[in-house]
Amino acid sequence: MDLLEFQGKQVFAKYDIPVSEGEAVTTVDEAVAAGERLGYPVVVKAQVHTGGRGKAGGVKLATNVDEVREHASNILGLDIKGHIVKILWIEKASDIADEYYASFTLDRAAKLHLGMLSAEGGVEIEQVAEENPDAIAKIWVDPVTGLSLEQCRNWVKAANIPEAAQGGAVDILLKLWTAYNEEDADLVEINPLIYTEDGRVHALDAKVTLDGNADFRHPDWEAYEATQPLDGREKMAKELGLNYIGLDGTVGIIGNGAGLVMSTLDIVNQVGGSAANFLDVGGGADALVLTNAIEVINTDENVKAILINIFGGITRCDEVANGVLAALERVELKSPIVIRLDGTNAEEGRAILAEHLSDTLQAAPTMLEAAQRAVEMASA
Amino acid sequence: MSIFVNADTKVIYQGLTGSQGRFHGLRNRDYGTQVVAGTNPKKAGTDVDGVPIYASVADAKEATGATASCIFIPAPGVKGAVIEAAEAGIDFIVVITEGVPAHDEAWFYNEVKRSYPNCQILGPNCPGIISPGQCNIGITPGEIAFTGGPVGIVARSGTLTYQALHELTQRGIGQTTCVGIGGDPVPGTSFIDCLERFEADPETGGIIMIGEIGGSAEEEAAAFIADNVTKPVVAYIAGQTAPPGKKMGHAGAIVSGGKGTAAAKMDALTSAGVAVVANPTEIGAAMAEALNR
Repeated sequence: MDLLEFQGKQVFAKYDIPVSEGEAVTTVDEAVAAGERLGYPVVVKAQVHTGGRGKAGGVKLATNVDEVREHASNILGLDIKGHIVKILWIEKASDIADEYYASFTLDRAAKLHLGMLSAEGGVEIEQVAEENPDAIAKIWVDPVTGLSLEQCRNWVKAANIPEAAQGGAVDILLKLWTAYNEEDADLVEINPLIYTEDGRVHALDAKVTLDGNADFRHPDWEAYEATQPLDGREKMAKELGLNYIGLDGTVGIIGNGAGLVMSTLDIVNQVGGSAANFLDVGGGADALVLTNAIEVINTDENVKAILINIFGGITRCDEVANGVLAALERVELKSPIVIRLDGTNAEEGRAILAEHLSDTLQAAPTMLEAAQRAVEMASA
Repeated sequence: MSIFVNADTKVIYQGLTGSQGRFHGLRNRDYGTQVVAGTNPKKAGTDVDGVPIYASVADAKEATGATASCIFIPAPGVKGAVIEAAEAGIDFIVVITEGVPAHDEAWFYNEVKRSYPNCQILGPNCPGIISPGQCNIGITPGEIAFTGGPVGIVARSGTLTYQALHELTQRGIGQTTCVGIGGDPVPGTSFIDCLERFEADPETGGIIMIGEIGGSAEEEAAAFIADNVTKPVVAYIAGQTAPPGKKMGHAGAIVSGGKGTAAAKMDALTSAGVAVVANPTEIGAAMAEALNR
């Protein structure tokens, strides 16, 4: 789960990482009030789940009340790569002397946590990584032993952080490590980490991604859920507990297991079609889950055919078949269904469907034939 | 021959008293697996359909001589369950549970590696392991597997593991062992761990490897195959047309350095001499060809 900048800064503040004073607002009047309270100059920053805000005009400096009003009204409602700005973060501007980059994430290959630090922050760090990889100092941290003070000091030196800023950087990095662990983050990133004219080290931006699997020990994460960007189909699927990602094609897809669903998308594409979605009903899906899945897909105007691909393990094919029949009774389907069943109780599942087969409910013996049929139906 | 497990492997089920644990534990026993014990601190002295329940893995191991365990405990308890099993001297721990926090996985992977170097974790979030006719630990439907070899399977995805078994079984091609390593960020057992053992196993004549987009495990496996594997390998990578996953900031992009896409993985495997197929329905035919069947 990606947090907005101001939410990331709230997380940082919880661990005493210095961030700029600011306020999150949703209207122009609130933005003006925040500017007046904070004192000028302030920066008006769009809060969206995408990068490239600055280039899109979503970050502006305001030196007086009129400028806050002007920038806030321009930025609210702005479309940044398909994300409409609904929240602004108004913060006190900083005098920047130097800009660095810092992050922690999991290195899957090393199976250790990876810290990256560079004295060349504030720019496209991916470009730095490509053109001058030596400018990024990396350390690998064992999750059991953690990041020691000495390790952190050596890391800061290795990154060529200027001496005056080293103490402040070490302090922030140790706190950032704690935040990364205790908040169950997949990523914490500060770009830029700044050194101010008056000699302070300070997080000017905050990027935090949380591991949704750890939500059971973080009841406070509910507040972040509310600001996640979801389209109508995704919202409905989430409420029904389905793992759904909306796409642009015409074949609605339902399957069990992420790998099988991904390969269903692949095969639909290979036989000349395009998927309208990714929908994984997961392991052990019962009839109700299947009915819900079909209902969600039925709300998608682009869908011209529905492909159900099930290989039963924990999931039982007879439950799937019953779910399909229940869906046919409950909702008026806009598109035909083709279904492939294999694995646990496949025979029983096929028998349940047998007497209900028609032009709008077809069975296919293999994944390939099911995909071909669905693509034919979608283009008919 | 099989890898990791065989007909003599005795298994303790941590979470046998829960609904999933009971269903699959007993199903594994019906298959022929030596399901010798379950654990639950509150139900010691009772049994699940004749399988005795002990208070701890240590007690269960002492009483039964088991060397493997299978974890069906809900995600919040997995970290504790893995360490309990490792401390008790279990040397093969299969974690079926999905939804384990990544920080927990990284922690117990490193703790077990350092403090219990002879212990191998499989999973989390995996379907388990099956050596047809000998031992089935986890949730794989045993009836879709076929005894006698000669194919070893290693896969990140559960349902695609089933699909691969199905494709082979339908052609009358058996399997030595099928290992589902799971798709989580820190899998206890890697592709390479399995490839190494399949290469060393005289009864395995060919290997099927099923990967997915994300991470760099397939690229690492490709490099290993090029240098160390002489047996034919057939591979499929799921997610060739999947939308770009959540981009984990700049840090994620730097770590992967362009790796992680299906195309990059397929190229790496092809360069390593692997027969890469476009979709899972081609797995059976490609392996039959590789084995001259």
